[in-house]
Amino acid sequence: MTPFSFEWQWNVEYFIFFGFLYLALTVVGCGLVFAGIKTALQLMGFMRERHF
Amino acid sequence: MDSPLIPEGVKRCSPKVFFFWTLPWIGLLLWGGVAAVLCLWKGLNQTNMSNIFAFALWIVFDLGLIALGAGAFFTGFLTYIIGRKELKNIINAAVIIGFICYSGAVAMLGIDIGQPIRGWFIFWHANIHSMLVEVSFCITCYLGVLAVEFIPIILENRKIQEVKELRLFGHNLHEIMAVFAATGTFLSFFHQGSLGGMFGVMYARPFAARGGFYIWPWTFFLFILSAIAVGPCFTILCTRLTEAISRKKLVPDNAIQLLAKISAWLLSAYMVLKILDTLVWMYGSVPREGLTFMDFFRQGPYGVWMLVVEIIICGIIPAIILMIPNARKQQGWLITASLLACTGIVLNRFMFIIVTLAIPVMPFGRFWSYLPTWQEWGLSLAIIGYGILLFSLAYRYLPVFPKESELNPALETRAT
Repeated sequence: MTPFSFEWQWNVEYFIFFGFLYLALTVVGCGLVFAGIKTALQLMGFMRERHF
Repeated sequence: MDSPLIPEGVKRCSPKVFFFWTLPWIGLLLWGGVAAVLCLWKGLNQTNMSNIFAFALWIVFDLGLIALGAGAFFTGFLTYIIGRKELKNIINAAVIIGFICYSGAVAMLGIDIGQPIRGWFIFWHANIHSMLVEVSFCITCYLGVLAVEFIPIILENRKIQEVKELRLFGHNLHEIMAVFAATGTFLSFFHQGSLGGMFGVMYARPFAARGGFYIWPWTFFLFILSAIAVGPCFTILCTRLTEAISRKKLVPDNAIQLLAKISAWLLSAYMVLKILDTLVWMYGSVPREGLTFMDFFRQGPYGVWMLVVEIIICGIIPAIILMIPNARKQQGWLITASLLACTGIVLNRFMFIIVTLAIPVMPFGRFWSYLPTWQEWGLSLAIIGYGILLFSLAYRYLPVFPKESELNPALETRAT
């Protein structure tokens, strides 16, 4: 459900419930995008590869 | 044949032996597959679930798996957020066990809801006042987090490491693992709690209903505490089982001992709170409903003995064993305590699910009993087969235990 859905209600319960859900999904998504972009930059030679 | 895929410097059994090892687990998976097809094709009439037992064996397995899989998020939290470096030697195994538990539970729920094709309704048409909606959201999101945590382990496979793009991506994911561990901890905390909270707010069923703090019944906190207490015990059990089967030492003792010690304190705290909760429920909540404690056990197969087994044999005894440093250092006592603690948590979930539903809520009602059909057993046991199969494959082809070659120098020298 998104704020654009028919059932959505503009109240604090929906903000908290979906706010935390979308926050968690955003954090995970951003993490994956960050790793992807960093990999691409390393492959293109713009960043150095870190050795473990 | 598959030696290029096996991690460098470690010894594994021959492909033939490995194939025979997988056969029983593939058999369980096939049994589960037949049961799943029957349930999807003919419907849930293939089970002994009814309007009385809407929650049954699958939900017991689900809740048991979710509690036992808590070792993944809690070990991740201790490793990446608290910074306990010694746990890096066991975190891969904990993540894989967590992934197996959660993916198994979600797969089983897919059949349990009857029409998986409408499974997305719970996300799109969410009833935000339902604890089960929160559980569904958190479990599926956390499964995603576990998959992300599993990816770098898969990308460490020897052949995959040869692909530069994948190797770099795996390393970069690994570098920001703390972010995923923190998200996983947040999601796990709430779904473990809400699973307990769901029972605590069943006010029409005095066997499960509890008082609480603000909107959270005590079971909310007890479920979280029990999961983080017993999750590490399950990780220890799986690791020790792998060591016994492979006849190798895979994890340094300091990692196991740290997990056991943390588990001991958490289990002790849980037992104190659980006993308090049970006493307040027995002498407070139940009489207020016009009932006595023994009213719940007048008939039927479930008796007071279950509560005794759960709290004393599978709760207090393992907590005492794990609290004694000399006892937890001995393999036999450590395994016994971990096994008892894991049994206790499954029994706790069983009581909240099955016994709660078996007890009548009306004076004219009768006690119900429930026996699962072979289809229900098939699907449940298939998750065990799937788990062992996936863990075996991971152990064979991935560097699950980073210290393996260091801890088994003689064996690995022969292998290389």
